[in-house]
Amino acid sequence: MPSVCFYFQVHQPMRLRHYTVFDRDDRYFDDSKNAAICRKVANKCYLPANRLLLKLIHEHQGRFKVAYSLTGVLLEQLERYSPEVLSTFHALAETGCVEFLAETYYHSLSFLYSRKEFIEQVRRHVDLMECLFGRTPTVFRNTELIYDNDLALLIEAMGCFDAIITEGADHVLSWRSPNFVYLPKGCRHTKLLLKNYKLSDDIAFRFSNRDWAEWPLTAGKFGQWISAINGDGDVVNLFMDYETFGEHQWEDTGIFEFMRHLPDEILRHPDNNFMTPSEVVAAYEPVGSVDVPRTISWADIERDLSAWLGNPMQSSAIHELYRLEKKVKRTADERLLDDWRKLQISDHFYYMCTKYFADGDVHKYFNPYDSPYDSYINFMNVLDHLQSRCAGRAGRVLESKPTANRREAQVSVTV
Amino acid sequence: MRVLMLGWEFPPFISGGLGTACYGLTRAMDQLGVQVTFVLPRVVESQYVTHVRLLTPGYRGGRDGGHARETEFENVRFTAISSALQAYTTADAYEKKMAERLSLRRMMAGRFGSIEVGGLDYGGDLYREVQRYASLVTELARQEEFDVIHAHDWMTYPAAVAVAMMTGKPLVVHIHSTEFDRSGEHVNQRVYDIEREGMERADRVIAVSHYTCGIVVNRYGIPVEKVQVVYNGVERNGTWSFVETSIKREERLVLFLGRITMQKGPEYFLQAARRVLGVMDNVRFVMAGSGDMMYRSVELAARLGIGHKVLFTGFLRGDDVQKIYRLADLYVMPSVSEPFGIAPLEALDNDVPVLISKQSGVSEVLRHALKVDFWDVDEMANKIVAVLKYAPLRMTLRNHGNFEVRKLRWKDAARNCIRIYEEMLVAV
Repeated sequence: MPSVCFYFQVHQPMRLRHYTVFDRDDRYFDDSKNAAICRKVANKCYLPANRLLLKLIHEHQGRFKVAYSLTGVLLEQLERYSPEVLSTFHALAETGCVEFLAETYYHSLSFLYSRKEFIEQVRRHVDLMECLFGRTPTVFRNTELIYDNDLALLIEAMGCFDAIITEGADHVLSWRSPNFVYLPKGCRHTKLLLKNYKLSDDIAFRFSNRDWAEWPLTAGKFGQWISAINGDGDVVNLFMDYETFGEHQWEDTGIFEFMRHLPDEILRHPDNNFMTPSEVVAAYEPVGSVDVPRTISWADIERDLSAWLGNPMQSSAIHELYRLEKKVKRTADERLLDDWRKLQISDHFYYMCTKYFADGDVHKYFNPYDSPYDSYINFMNVLDHLQSRCAGRAGRVLESKPTANRREAQVSVTV
Repeated sequence: MRVLMLGWEFPPFISGGLGTACYGLTRAMDQLGVQVTFVLPRVVESQYVTHVRLLTPGYRGGRDGGHARETEFENVRFTAISSALQAYTTADAYEKKMAERLSLRRMMAGRFGSIEVGGLDYGGDLYREVQRYASLVTELARQEEFDVIHAHDWMTYPAAVAVAMMTGKPLVVHIHSTEFDRSGEHVNQRVYDIEREGMERADRVIAVSHYTCGIVVNRYGIPVEKVQVVYNGVERNGTWSFVETSIKREERLVLFLGRITMQKGPEYFLQAARRVLGVMDNVRFVMAGSGDMMYRSVELAARLGIGHKVLFTGFLRGDDVQKIYRLADLYVMPSVSEPFGIAPLEALDNDVPVLISKQSGVSEVLRHALKVDFWDVDEMANKIVAVLKYAPLRMTLRNHGNFEVRKLRWKDAARNCIRIYEEMLVAV
């Protein structure tokens, strides 16, 4: 009896404004563009999708469940530009059928560059979830499902999570199925939930593709595919960007209609049910251990880090950024620290990707820049200015001053 | 397929992209086995001049044993027609040159008394010379056999139209630049009329970019279905390497290479240079080329207070071009209106990253290049500074750009032209 486990990633980056080498101020972000995009996506996706899921949860009286991972930088923007979306998330939280996952507050690649910074960002995100929704996340997902053995060990050592979510990449699983709970190599009690990328991408990417043999995808058809797994797996992890609804797949593709009927179609089979990630963790025992020595992610066909770190511009930009960590933290300047952390948002590096640049594809669609080169130049100009702020502050701040208590310095989002 | 091609001298005998394009395209056609009779104007300083000179593949004449490139071909026959026409010349420049020529002759005649000062061999003004050239080409064409006529840029159009009318053979005119590119809004009406008539009378118009296609359609009123875009290619010199020069130079070098004319936007280059020098010091700007805005550019550099940082080299040829590329950290093409722009491709081929104006045809085909509106000198400076400051940017631009440029081949351009010939012949 497969349990269907939905988890939606909800994130909006903070895009930089056009910043040249001649700019001298510390306004780095394009507030008006960020506001416009946030409101647009709220209207096309977040609001209608939240309302739909709320309705489905009520209709199915606790049998339909989902999980979200909401980034800190998204929530800050929602609070500023679209507070009504926040209130619908609150309503969802109150149903008791929605789980919120933990991740890095800044949707960053910090795990790869600074463990200290990574832990601070995860803690900050956990605090935010507690503050907003009154519950402590017990399942962790890393930015873009970036994962390897070391991440699992670190998360287990942090001692506050029961499970980690990542991609069910073929080269990791080989003959094994993603439809079971696994144990990360070297871990004793942290479990691993793996994305069923085939069924997830059927919804997230292929849904409106008319060249796809299965087009049009109906809820009935998808329900049958799920039921067909019966006996051949414990759980089907459907992990995708929340923007799939209304933004990646426009409303006129019928994506909302599909979702409206999906719970019925899945629950039609008495053996099927819906579970949140923590329920899956509680319900199923791991069937084996998964070894991931080389870092994976859920991006592109490569399922690796090349979308963010594939060329010299990307690696130098991110390297220079993390090189400033000590300097930035030593200033004890909260605004400077926040700016530095917002530069860690992984999207800034994604924009610099030259991998599929020539073909024009998904990378281009979400890119506010004309070219990866423009994005690099802009980022480096901002970083250069941020660095000069560190230098300016360094003299005035006492080296010995301890960093402010993390728990206090947190949550700027209040509702 | 036999083509009567009305073209121009190959580099290094003229500067600019027109000769380069004629060479690249003709060579590729030669390799594809197309029979070409290549007719070009050439000043021949000899008392034995006949108007038409046939140059067989074995020909190695001319001063300093030049024009050696013409011997590389198997299927192309070169026919030089004695004419003072030169690519990129203007009516004023032509008249000035003719006057100089005449006075030189008079002076020589006065000194030696033996040289006869005959009437001018060439037309007294540019338009008359264009017509004279047309009649000579028509004369020549009577003895030639060919299936199509292919003419490059306006000075050859009257000749091409005349030959087409005489023989009834289909005509394709190839637009490498228009009067609007060269002169902005102050177009020369006579040149415009010649261009327009050539395009109207032609069976097909080849534009070197969609940018130029737009001008042909909007400014010359040519129906869009008659115009086809064929991008230029680039000739690989094969000496490229990915190694950054190991010599640690104190100064970075930003290169402008091209004719210093209004069209090429030299003043925007200098304005950007001034802004760059406002934030960094260890950089020098080199303007390689000559043209009617050269002296004004020297003056402007001085007026902007950056005279000591800008170097004017004059027109560079051959090895000197390679040398300057080897020294350059960035090539900038700030053109106000550039139908295509082969030079950035050559820069990339020499491992130099490029910054090109968005008002250019080449920006349609290059992705791994920095792009900027020619008038946006702040952004131009911003990008120049970034390239000079960040090695990873240079490296990525260079590696991807060099790879990209390898895909732009003259053979593809030639194939596209052949396809157009074939379409015309079927239609006839």
